[in-house]
Amino acid sequence: MKKLIILFIVFISFNQAQAQVQHGNVLIKNGTVITITKGTLENTDVLVKDGKISQIGKNIAAPTGYTVIDATNKFVMPGIIDAHSHIALTAINEYSNAITPEVWTGDELNPFDISIYRALAGGVTVSHALHGSGNAIGGQSETIKHRYGTLDMDVLRMENAPRTIKFALGENPTTHGRNSGLQPQTRMGVEFVIREAFSEARQYMETWDKYNKEKLVKGFRGAPPTYSLRLETLADILKGNIILHCHSYRADEINMLLKVCKEFGVKRLVFQHVNEGFKVAPELAAAGAMASVFSDWWAYKLEVYYSTAYNAAILTRNGVVTSINSDSGELIRHLFHEAAKTQKYGGLSDDEALSLITINPAKQLGIENRVGSLEVGKDGDIAIFQKHPLSIYAIPMITIVDGVVRFDREKDPDDMRIYVDPKQVVDIPTIQSHDHDHDNCLRGTEMFTNKMLGLN
Amino acid sequence: MKRKIQYLIISLLLIGFVASAQNPKAKSGTFALTHASIETITKGVITHGTIIIQKGKITAVGTNVSVPSDAIVIDCTGKWIYPGMIDGGTRVGLLEIGQIPQASDEHETGQVIPQMKALTAVNPNSVLIPVTRISGVTTVITAPGGGMFPGTAALINLHGYVPDQMFAGFEGLVMNFPNQSRRGYYDRRTDEDIKKDVEKVTKQMNDIWDRAVEYYKLDSATKGKGLTYYPEMTAFLPVVRGEQNLMIEVNAANDIKAALKWVADRKIKKVIFTGVAEGWRMADEIAKAKIPVVVGPTLEEPTRDYDRYDKPYANAGLMKKAGVKIALRTSHAENVRNLPYYAGFAAAYGLGREEALKSVTIVPAEIFGVADKFGSIEVGKVANVFVCDGDPFETKTNIHHVFIEGWQIPMVSRQTQLYEEFLKRDPGLNKN
Repeated sequence: MKKLIILFIVFISFNQAQAQVQHGNVLIKNGTVITITKGTLENTDVLVKDGKISQIGKNIAAPTGYTVIDATNKFVMPGIIDAHSHIALTAINEYSNAITPEVWTGDELNPFDISIYRALAGGVTVSHALHGSGNAIGGQSETIKHRYGTLDMDVLRMENAPRTIKFALGENPTTHGRNSGLQPQTRMGVEFVIREAFSEARQYMETWDKYNKEKLVKGFRGAPPTYSLRLETLADILKGNIILHCHSYRADEINMLLKVCKEFGVKRLVFQHVNEGFKVAPELAAAGAMASVFSDWWAYKLEVYYSTAYNAAILTRNGVVTSINSDSGELIRHLFHEAAKTQKYGGLSDDEALSLITINPAKQLGIENRVGSLEVGKDGDIAIFQKHPLSIYAIPMITIVDGVVRFDREKDPDDMRIYVDPKQVVDIPTIQSHDHDHDNCLRGTEMFTNKMLGLN
Repeated sequence: MKRKIQYLIISLLLIGFVASAQNPKAKSGTFALTHASIETITKGVITHGTIIIQKGKITAVGTNVSVPSDAIVIDCTGKWIYPGMIDGGTRVGLLEIGQIPQASDEHETGQVIPQMKALTAVNPNSVLIPVTRISGVTTVITAPGGGMFPGTAALINLHGYVPDQMFAGFEGLVMNFPNQSRRGYYDRRTDEDIKKDVEKVTKQMNDIWDRAVEYYKLDSATKGKGLTYYPEMTAFLPVVRGEQNLMIEVNAANDIKAALKWVADRKIKKVIFTGVAEGWRMADEIAKAKIPVVVGPTLEEPTRDYDRYDKPYANAGLMKKAGVKIALRTSHAENVRNLPYYAGFAAAYGLGREEALKSVTIVPAEIFGVADKFGSIEVGKVANVFVCDGDPFETKTNIHHVFIEGWQIPMVSRQTQLYEEFLKRDPGLNKN
């Protein structure tokens, strides 16, 4: 019997090693379908075959073996995408150096994190598991799909999503610098650290290019240059192989990075938080840089004191591709509501507001051909609401990833943990404190980081 | 076309803003808000109604109201009037910028400092105040935080130039009940440590209360004469006498249970529970004790991994259903403007819209003993009202006018001013 079990485990692990992603077949009937990119269609069906949207239209007959969901009087929209989150990670900040592009959050995904389920319960199907903001050049990050239920961290990865990396400007890296006695301790220092890193990477790239060229010559006997994962990664940014996501707040520092990136030919640039993005909206638009913002967080530290909840609307009106993100295991549960606030603060239309949490973050992660709208050929990532998702009374009912129902408000039991810690004492809950530093930006997982950093 | 109209409205608003002074002042006088749908809260909805505001009070409400000749008439056709919303727990005025100690006055040092008064440190010129009040939140509890007895919280109206002008008639003594819980994922104490901490703090709490009762007896016996200066104990007197509310912050189920027993054993007369994150677990017990609750924030993660994902949204509704008196709070300083949305979530997840509306208007007014002045639209009440173009819980809805104690508040905050300046920045990309 024991042998059988071991055999079974070996068999399972072998299968898991292939990162078997489950693809489902589902027909959603008679809903109000908000496609985002191609208008809103009443009484319309959406057919998902093998995890991909295969048909959108009226009166589609259910093929045998398909899960059928009646969406009469319900609203069907693409799965929500969060361009800035730290859920499903066991660590956030590698801050042993001002420059750590060699690390990657994809090495420490946690498929058991209940936050993934809670995000699904907010209609969120994809999130960007970002490295933290403790250093100027942080780690590479992973775009994940919320395939909650899997035991395999590799299944969480969104296959073929572009590589991304986290940079950080302003108070976080400079505070860390001051606490550790290292550069940078000012915004001048931050610029230098990034310039120096890019310059060294350029040199590294040139040395390797030279070697690779010379070694083709017959009789060449030189040794290869020293390999460095750090410089290799930075070189990949310069080559355009990695999308740069940069934590930032103030207009001056945003302007700085725009100039540095222009000088080094870095084109794929997304600013994160970017509370003062509205002040440099024309510069952002001209550079083709994008912005991923909070709906209304401000005043938790000096660099966000001169903020406005109209940020997303001003950026949108100035032609900047803008998204609204969570940066929080709490807020990720109601991004539809955060997007809705742009209707109060700047009067965005329904499609504009919903774009902030669907197609726009998809563009920022380089996955807009796969997700972010309901179109034939795209992934079957879908959220179903009982009321219009921009209404305060909207409740996500069903969330589907790759055609597989991963959240069902009516059918799911209360306890949705995958892994139960036998040591967990059941009567000691976690009550988030509200009377300490009141630092919204560093809530949840980042709060933990912050404590580790000694920032509080 | 809709877009065009939106632009037109925005442009008109901008012109209005630009034309006004840089720091516009509130206006007083007699106002007539006419042709409105009026949500009175206590007496139903009045359609095509008029409200008259005079000398800071509501002097007439109804469909058959004569407009005084000196009144400034505001036509509210197609619009709604609601009483100003009340947030049952915030840091407004005490906290300006979170991470800067010099910009925070919420947390004095010491475990037992009930003599600290939040009202003392309210900054009437906080940039956060206009941001809050133009969203229809006119009145808030602002509370100190920190140790076991961090001071008294105060109810304030969000308009005035000194704290006394803002004071809205309620102060409560804040108490942080010993809590058997973790503060966040970073709290790495073992369960043993937590229980030990709670035992230690509970003993301290009991000693302090015993001393407060002793002091009260001495004070009663001597009629306050001959007692040495003891500011902490003096501050406890009104609570021990049963004149002032003890506002007990308590969240975990076990702590709620302990607090209910603690209050009953000591026969403390006026008690309000605040926070109450796991109130749904103890709803019947709280209802039985008839202790009113200021619950929130609504938008919070569940307190336990195995709890249903929506429990924080549903908490207020579940307690209400059990018969608990419910008011809501945001716990914020900078985003108290989101109070209507917290109420909206509570409404959607079981509280219902009508009760949710009460939980940010008349119920907090009742809990804080100021229902004769605030919380509904009735003749004789303080004129805290706002005019909006739809359901105030919906994010699409805009607020057009706010009155606080009869003062017409300028609909401007630094956030709207930045919008005006930067929507179409000048110079744009090129300076010349």
